[in-house]
Amino acid sequence: MWLKFEQRTEPSPLMSYLSPAFAVGLMLLSGMALFFVLGRSPIAGFRIFFLNPVKDLYGVSELLLKATPLMLCAVGLSVGFRANVWNIGAEGQFLMGALAAGGVALHFPNSTSPFLLPGMVLAGALGGMAWAAIPAWLRTRFNANEILTSLMLVYVAQLAVSWLVHGPWKDPEGFNFPQTQMFQAKALLPVLVEGSRVNAALFIAIAALAIGWVFMNRSFLGYQMKVAGQAENAGRYAGFSSKRTIWMGMLVGGALAGIAGMSEVAGPVGQITEHISPGYGFAAMIVAFVGRLTPIGIFFSSLLLALLYVGGEQVQQYLGLPSAISNVFQGMLLFFLLASDVFINFRLRRMARRQ
Amino acid sequence: MGLDLLTYILFATVMAGTPLIIAGLGELVTEKAGVLNLGCEGMMSVGAVAAFAVAYSTHNYFLAVIAGLGSGMVMSLLFAVAALTLMASQVACGLALSIFGVGLAAFIGKPLESMSLVAGKPVPIPLLSRIPILGPAFFQQQALVYFSWALLAAVAWFLYRSKPGLVLRAVGEAPVSAHAIGYRVVRIRYLAVMFGGAMAGVAGAFMVLFYTPLWVEGMIAGRGWISIALVVFSTWRPVRVLVGAYLFGGCMIAQMFVQASGVQLNIPAQFLSALPYLATILVLVLISHNRSSIRLNSPASLGQPFLPDV
Amino acid sequence: MTEPTVQTPRLTIKGMRKVYPSVIANDGVDLTVMPGEIHAVVGENGAGKSTLMKAIYGVIRPDAGEIRWEGEHVNITSPGHARELGIGMVFQHFSLFETLTVVQNVALALPGKFDLGALAKRITEVSERYGLPIDPRRLVHALSVGERQRVEIIRCLLQSPRLLILDEPTSVLTPQAVRKLFETLRQLAAEGCSILYISHKLDEIQELCHTATILRAGRVTGTCTPSEETPKTLARMMIGEDLPVIHHGEPAEGGEVRLRIEALAQPTDDPFGVSLKNINLEVRSGEIVGIAGVSGNGQQELLKAISGEEITHDRRSVQVCGVPAGRLNPARRRSLGMCFVPEERLGRGAVPRLSLTENILLTAYRKGMLVSGMIRFGAARRFAEECIKRFDVKCGGPASEAKSLSGGNLQKFIVGREIMQEPKLLVLAQPTWGVDVGAASFIRRSLLDLRNSGTAVLVISEELDELFEICDRLVVIAKGTLSPTKVTSQTGVEEIGIWMSGMWPDSAVAGDKNHVA
Repeated sequence: MWLKFEQRTEPSPLMSYLSPAFAVGLMLLSGMALFFVLGRSPIAGFRIFFLNPVKDLYGVSELLLKATPLMLCAVGLSVGFRANVWNIGAEGQFLMGALAAGGVALHFPNSTSPFLLPGMVLAGALGGMAWAAIPAWLRTRFNANEILTSLMLVYVAQLAVSWLVHGPWKDPEGFNFPQTQMFQAKALLPVLVEGSRVNAALFIAIAALAIGWVFMNRSFLGYQMKVAGQAENAGRYAGFSSKRTIWMGMLVGGALAGIAGMSEVAGPVGQITEHISPGYGFAAMIVAFVGRLTPIGIFFSSLLLALLYVGGEQVQQYLGLPSAISNVFQGMLLFFLLASDVFINFRLRRMARRQ
Repeated sequence: MGLDLLTYILFATVMAGTPLIIAGLGELVTEKAGVLNLGCEGMMSVGAVAAFAVAYSTHNYFLAVIAGLGSGMVMSLLFAVAALTLMASQVACGLALSIFGVGLAAFIGKPLESMSLVAGKPVPIPLLSRIPILGPAFFQQQALVYFSWALLAAVAWFLYRSKPGLVLRAVGEAPVSAHAIGYRVVRIRYLAVMFGGAMAGVAGAFMVLFYTPLWVEGMIAGRGWISIALVVFSTWRPVRVLVGAYLFGGCMIAQMFVQASGVQLNIPAQFLSALPYLATILVLVLISHNRSSIRLNSPASLGQPFLPDV
Repeated sequence: MTEPTVQTPRLTIKGMRKVYPSVIANDGVDLTVMPGEIHAVVGENGAGKSTLMKAIYGVIRPDAGEIRWEGEHVNITSPGHARELGIGMVFQHFSLFETLTVVQNVALALPGKFDLGALAKRITEVSERYGLPIDPRRLVHALSVGERQRVEIIRCLLQSPRLLILDEPTSVLTPQAVRKLFETLRQLAAEGCSILYISHKLDEIQELCHTATILRAGRVTGTCTPSEETPKTLARMMIGEDLPVIHHGEPAEGGEVRLRIEALAQPTDDPFGVSLKNINLEVRSGEIVGIAGVSGNGQQELLKAISGEEITHDRRSVQVCGVPAGRLNPARRRSLGMCFVPEERLGRGAVPRLSLTENILLTAYRKGMLVSGMIRFGAARRFAEECIKRFDVKCGGPASEAKSLSGGNLQKFIVGREIMQEPKLLVLAQPTWGVDVGAASFIRRSLLDLRNSGTAVLVISEELDELFEICDRLVVIAKGTLSPTKVTSQTGVEEIGIWMSGMWPDSAVAGDKNHVA
């Protein structure tokens, strides 16, 4: 007897919802196995990684804080992914947005204008957009694969940050540490709840989710991008501009990643350093996939991946394991999701062995 | 002084280009079978960590390279199962492998970060290594460097002069036709992917054993991605992989050039470090612009899933 | 009459059954083929012929049924196994590799050692013996469609097959090339090779085949000797009723020019494509013009230049309703009153995973479905519902996915969508390819109705019968150039067949060393 995959006549909507749940379950099981192999109690590992972070209100607020940039980036990425525009450089666009917004803050260290903060948001968006415009232009004009170009620019962006905080933007009173001055109070996002660090960026993120939903499901431009992503020749047949699709996909991703970058440096970090992103741009890709490229799914999956980040920190503190364990969990989650997705379009059938 | 510098530059370029050749040739074979594996960075990272760990504990560098090879192959199997058997999007699976591999390597490698290794000893080739300038540059290299050249010859011969290679190219061109004739497309693709993974692992091993004998999180620094770009740059022809690898290698050690030559440039170190990435973008643009050439040389089914109808 | 000797059948199939999730492709099929016999398997599109052949060739495994080869029970596990037994297959959509040479392509299908030089010699021998000239060193992508078919056949012949299966072999040939093929097949049959000839072309079956098994909806509805039947009786066995008759009617005279192609020259940057040279054509309102031609002579490129999927250098090369449209994209050309139906349904004419309602939006959005950039799904759904009703589309409703429809029904939907936009000009490529007889007849009648109401219609097709049935004027495309126009009633299949090889009077491509067909 052997098993074979047989294509379903119609994709199973039930499996579309169950598949992420399976993936999470498999990830949890593998995680516990991992803890066991590393000589730690699986139950304790599970508790510290997954339950500790949300055991009090402050923990929940930290979760929302980490989820915010993920949400922002992932919505932007999902617009592009649905259209087969693979923006892998969100991490770089995040950094450039942070630099642009931070640049504004550093340039006006004593300003009391109410336009400072909105100006920083705008600068963040523009910075991210500008960085994403490069792969967009190279793709539309020269047919250069946007996966590789946007990714190369991530490394360039990281080096740009490194140069600035080691050089021209280094805080003169910073004891020679590679960091900028702290931003003044007016250049920081207002905190939403006393005693937590959750700030106004959360509103922007939720607004982005809502606008994203309307755009993708109700607008004609969103429809055109969906067609381009599913059947390129049909898009051409319809006369939908593939160039517009590519530009939209990249620029929206870049803008939102840039705002996410701004929200980090004008939020919990409060300055620019070499470590403003623990890989948000890459984690956001996982958020987008696990969230099935829909705003509602992204909301939940960003909370899940935020949990993975915070859990990693907890595990480092209490179990002495490297915090890179978050990345291991993230990667496992994505793999398990891709694997269990097969059941959306296929079912397993038993085949009798041939004599 | 000038001649010594030239030798030094050539030597360093070869060293820098070698991991790109090895990983690039592995990815080339994978892509020739129609499979786009973007997980190179992840496979190289895991190969590097495995090789470092084995070298540190056994002091046997050959075993370490084998460990790198094996772990790269195992990582590639994750991709193969997801993309070939479970028919998920190849792009998504490759990204997943990259993220997972880099994260896994960082995690496993944490305790190894403070350790140091003795760099592997170069193996001079008699006679040839006496040639002025070129001798020390090319023929007093690590054994894996010579391996990279042999690999190039082997891959070229395999693809263009052997029947299995012809079959592999046919599978990459038109998997449905190959299936109709009776070839096991999925099995052939598995083998191609595993070869790519093995080579990526060896390339990673080279990095930690011979290039910079230590392990630090993120030390692969995009070389896996550059290897993928290299395959595009080479328009899927093995010899061009070598040329491109040395070009990129040269970019990577630009910083060293500048310092060693003693010229005083007011360029910050980060600008020079950015050179290989910018060069990659430039090269991609130049090559991709010629759509006709891409169409003629790229495997027609690259990146598309194959759904056998049994 | 000599006493009939009892011969062992070469191939016997009993009770073959193959079930797919959405359809029962073969339901208890019986088939017997004798040595030296040319046996037709007849049925319309979707009857199950290809599935049966794939099972015989080992590409797919049947769910039930018995196969006997020369009297012995066998399980054919793979194409390699089938070849070992002595079965060869020439596929309808060739299984060739374009970037490889003829020799390499043949080598891939043969087991054993890899000596390309000796193989090239054998190829030349076989090709000369059976009248299928081919140069082994050429790259397949440079070959014409007819030449590619020869490679497929030679690839089979090199293994000395005792049963040769041909799946719809003449859909890509000119009438003259068809006759040459028949000579080759008769020669093979005389040497003792059995031939399974899959087709839905009744006149060819009558001319060539000794026996015929007729399939309908996966079942055998009869076996017969084609030479003793009439097309009418064969058709009735094939589709269960009489072939529908179409009244051609008269085209309108002197209507305004809706499509003018003027000195269109479109060099191709695709290494596998065909460049268009000096194309001139006019299509007026109230007439149907047909472009005939063997596949691969520029039809795809011409359609893309007309539709706007490829823009032309000079904007006056293509004029839609008098407006120079060469540099406009398809959406803009639609706003001028042009609609078109491409040759690929899934992936180009419709998006497979989207619902029928969402597929309406692909081209018909101008019909009141957009409001300041936002979609009015209600209007789209009503349009889809009407399309389904008017064009008899069998489906699960407007919310069903495009890929869940059968080929014929999806084609009716797409044609319906375009017709309902009340175009001034309708262009169609291969309008009834892969479509069952009922739907094909419906579509052709719809086109005639459209023409009678004043629309200009242009049909690009490889089916000569279809073109002769509905077109008022005919033109042939060969090697990227157009022949002179002919009024349909003043020409015949023979003449057009010759022209399809590029050999019309004053032709620039006659005698071209690169064969056209």
